[in-house]
Formats: sequence, C-alpha cells, structure tokens
Amino acid sequence: MTEEIIIAGFGGQGVLSMGKILAYSGIMQDQEVSWMPSYGPEMRGGTANVTVILSDDRISSPVLKKFDTAIILNQQSMDKFEADIKPGGTLLYDPNGITRHPEREDINIFKIPGAALAAEMGNPKTFNMIILGGFLNVKPIVKIENVKKGLEKSLPERHHKLIPLNIEAIQKGIDSVENVQVL
Amino acid sequence: MGDVRLMKGNEVIAEAAIRCGCDGYFGYPITPQSEIMETLMIRKPEDETGMVVLQAESEVAAINMVYGGASCGKKVMTSSSSPGISLKAEGITYLAGAELPALIVNIVRGGPGLGTIQPAQSDYFQAVKGGGHGDYKLIVLAPASVQEMNDFVDLGFELSFKYLNPAMILSDGVIGQMMEKVELSDYKPRWTDEEIEKISGSWATNGKKAGSERNISTSLDLDSAKQEVFNHKLQAKYRAMEENDVRFEKIACDDADYLFVAYGSSARICQKSVELAREKGIKVGLLRPITLFPYPTIQIQEMLGQVKGILSVEMSAGQMVEDVRLAVEGKVPVEHFGRYGGIIPTPEEVVEALEEKILGK
Repeated sequence: MTEEIIIAGFGGQGVLSMGKILAYSGIMQDQEVSWMPSYGPEMRGGTANVTVILSDDRISSPVLKKFDTAIILNQQSMDKFEADIKPGGTLLYDPNGITRHPEREDINIFKIPGAALAAEMGNPKTFNMIILGGFLNVKPIVKIENVKKGLEKSLPERHHKLIPLNIEAIQKGIDSVENVQVL
Repeated sequence: MGDVRLMKGNEVIAEAAIRCGCDGYFGYPITPQSEIMETLMIRKPEDETGMVVLQAESEVAAINMVYGGASCGKKVMTSSSSPGISLKAEGITYLAGAELPALIVNIVRGGPGLGTIQPAQSDYFQAVKGGGHGDYKLIVLAPASVQEMNDFVDLGFELSFKYLNPAMILSDGVIGQMMEKVELSDYKPRWTDEEIEKISGSWATNGKKAGSERNISTSLDLDSAKQEVFNHKLQAKYRAMEENDVRFEKIACDDADYLFVAYGSSARICQKSVELAREKGIKVGLLRPITLFPYPTIQIQEMLGQVKGILSVEMSAGQMVEDVRLAVEGKVPVEHFGRYGGIIPTPEEVVEALEEKILGK
C-alpha cells in the first residue's frame, strides 16, 4: 500500500501539523513515511501545503506532481491542485470559502464542513483534526489507535491533556463526511 | 528497533552530532538550515555530553573556530547554506591545507549571490572542484534521505579523521526541511584527552609533551620544494580516497537500457521517474553517487556496455553532468536535465526529459 497525499490550505489552519500527525500515525503501524512541506516566504500568511506519503515499501520521491488524495482547504489550493489528482483518486474539501467547487468527474469527491463543525465545538483549533477524521472515513489507511499514539508522540507532554479533545474532533470528522456528485 | 522518530533532516544533523560524540558546533544562522543550530540550542548538549554549541559573530568566525577546535584533535563541525559556505571557503581550504579533520554541512539553496531560500544543487562545483583556492579536495557525502542525514554525520567524522581532511555533507532544502522516519544512532561518548592523544597526538596541538617536538597546525610553507612534496602527499591521499571510499547505490540497473545519474534529493525524484518510465515500458535504472568526491567514475563506466544513453539529473544548470561525461568519454550520449533557481523538478518532467533528450536520439 502506498498513499500519496497533498494537504493544502492557509498558513495557520494546521495543515502542516495535520500532515505530521498522519505521518506519525503511519510510523506507529510500521510504515515508511515522508512529510515534505512547502516552505519559504509564502508560509508567512499565505498558502501552506504539505505532501505526505505513507507506504509499506521504501518511498521514492517525496516531491510529487500527481496525488492519490488531495485535502483542499481554500480556493487557491482548489485552483492549484484539483487537476493534480490521479484519475480514480480522492478530493476532500471544506466548502467554507470555496466559490468554485470541484468539477472533475473522474475522481471521488467528498466534502466536510470542518470550519463550521470546529465553531460548533467551540474551538477553532480542532479544525484540522475534524478534517483528518473526514479523510480517515474516506481512506481508513491508519487505525484510530495509531492516530492516538501518533498524537502522543508528536505533541509535547504538556499538551497531552488535549488528546481526548482531538480524538473527539477526529470522530466528529469521521461522522460528518458527505459524498458529492458532480452534475 | 532503536530510537525511531519523525524528524526533519536538519534536526537530525543536530541530533546525530550530539550522539556521535561531537565536541563542538560553530555556526551562523541562514535559511534553509537554521534548524540545525536551533535544535542544538534547544537540546543544550553542553549539559549532557559537554559538546559546545556556539553562534559565532559571522560565518568567517565560525569556520575559524572550527579550525581551532580541529587543531586540538577535537571532533568539530559547522553548517551553513550556499552564501554562507562561500564565506567559509577560505577557512575550508586552510583546513585542507593544514590537514585537519572537520565536518561542514551545506544545505544548498538556489544561487548565485543571495539567490533564493528554496532548494538547489548548484553548489556541486564548489563542493567537489574547489570553492576555496589551491589543489585540495573535500570528502563530499550526498544524503538522499533523513536517515542518511543521521548516518553521514558519524561517517563524515570517521572519514575526515581517517584521511585528516575536511568532509562535507552536501544536501539541500528538500532533505533538510522534509520529515521522514529515522532511527537515531546510539550515543557514543566524546573522546577523552587520553583518547585524543592516542588518535591524534602525532599532529594535534593538544599540549607539547616532554621530549617531543611541538606540533604546529599551519598550511604555510614558503619553501616551494617542500610545498610540492606536501602537494604530492595530498594527491596521494585523494587517490587513496578514490581507491577505498567510493560509495554509490544502484537501483533497477540490472536490466536497464538507459540510466539516470542523480544524487541527493534529485535521486529520490529519479527513483519515482524510474517507476513511471518502467510503467511505460522504458527500462531505465538509477545510479546514485553517495560520495561526490571520490566520484563513482568506474561504476558509471561499468554500465557502458549495457546502457544506450545517460541522463544526469540535477537541480542545477549542469554541473555533475561534467563528471558523468568525463567517465563516459563520449561512448554513449550523455545529457543533462535540471530545474534551478529553487524549482524542484517533478518525476514526470524527468521522464519527459529522458524521452526527449535520450530516447529521441
């Protein structure tokens, strides 16, 4: 199994840390992982994206042009990455702030109201874990117990009290994904 | 399994330095390698192993602190990115001229000049052909994964003490900034004064012993005849490196009709290109030089009866391709493909370049 994922949105949405938790979860189930961020001046207030690969085998390129899954969290990223999903691949997006919805008919499209659900939970910081939950519903490539272990490994000890809240957010995400038909 | 973590390449350089018994790190911050010193500062190894971590007032100061530490037989290192390595070039040639072991890490960014903070491989010439003045060579290691960032710190020190010559880890912003699974090395204690005396007492300025001559650490000798003899000695050392310490990896080469030659992050991209090309029925393999000096010249020559063309893939306008051509001596077509100025090629682009530049012939 190899899953090649791009997660793209604004800096501050938790794009990079979501990728890190996903990668750590892969390590917890003995997979090879890579996490390749876009870094540079655009990080400061602009778009942020990270390529995450989980594989049972040695990973070749950490830099990719085509993805099995794109997790899209703003319009700029939709414009940039919708075309880069492999045919038969998956697009998961939060419709919040999206004015031009995806149009491709050869991929599986799902949406999740991550921003709205995070507001409902009263904590905007749960946003990225809700999205991660949505992804894990569509592509259950890592077990929740390994995500929990991944959170324990990637969060500093002083933040471990937040793990139950994160798991709750992931569960909310799992329960809130909606399949979208392109008409 | 040992201590397995998810870490950035830069962070791993710092961790590996502490664990391999490094005595001192002297640096000056620059993107995209600042995490090396940041990680060291956070880890505070002076409390744990006694390793000194010092932010110097400039790159020039840092490399000369390395010269000082190395002269005493200590395991010392510095790191920087391209413009900073240019500033260190004088100190690097002095280290080579004084036959001092040291580790220099270059996390390359696009140039020339201040260039960009994005990754590039355009410092190949500087690392392999010179950078500083004089007939000297660095041992140049090119990691292609975060795991190799860990492994090559210890290896770099080992080789630099074996040959009494500075070693460089030549990496770039891709490997420095990305996170992968890494198994960290076990801790090795720093050398004691007695061990330093045993290992390096014949040359190190670690205190004059009664009845023996003073050790002097210098690259100066105004007697040309002696200077030529000294240069012969250096050249013999470089030939010994070529004889004994060439490192490389071959991927999918057994049945290959064509060959990519690529190092570091480009080699990772080419691994994917090998997969994509083979899906299209193009039998291509990858030869990855791990040491850029000494270069796997013979290993490329050994492929010549088999492959019909070679594409050198680098994030530069074409530097390593010159060494590939020197190895090939015109026997098969050799072309270069590169993106530069901070642009990373995609695996698909590399396959297209192979089709156009090599198969199209």
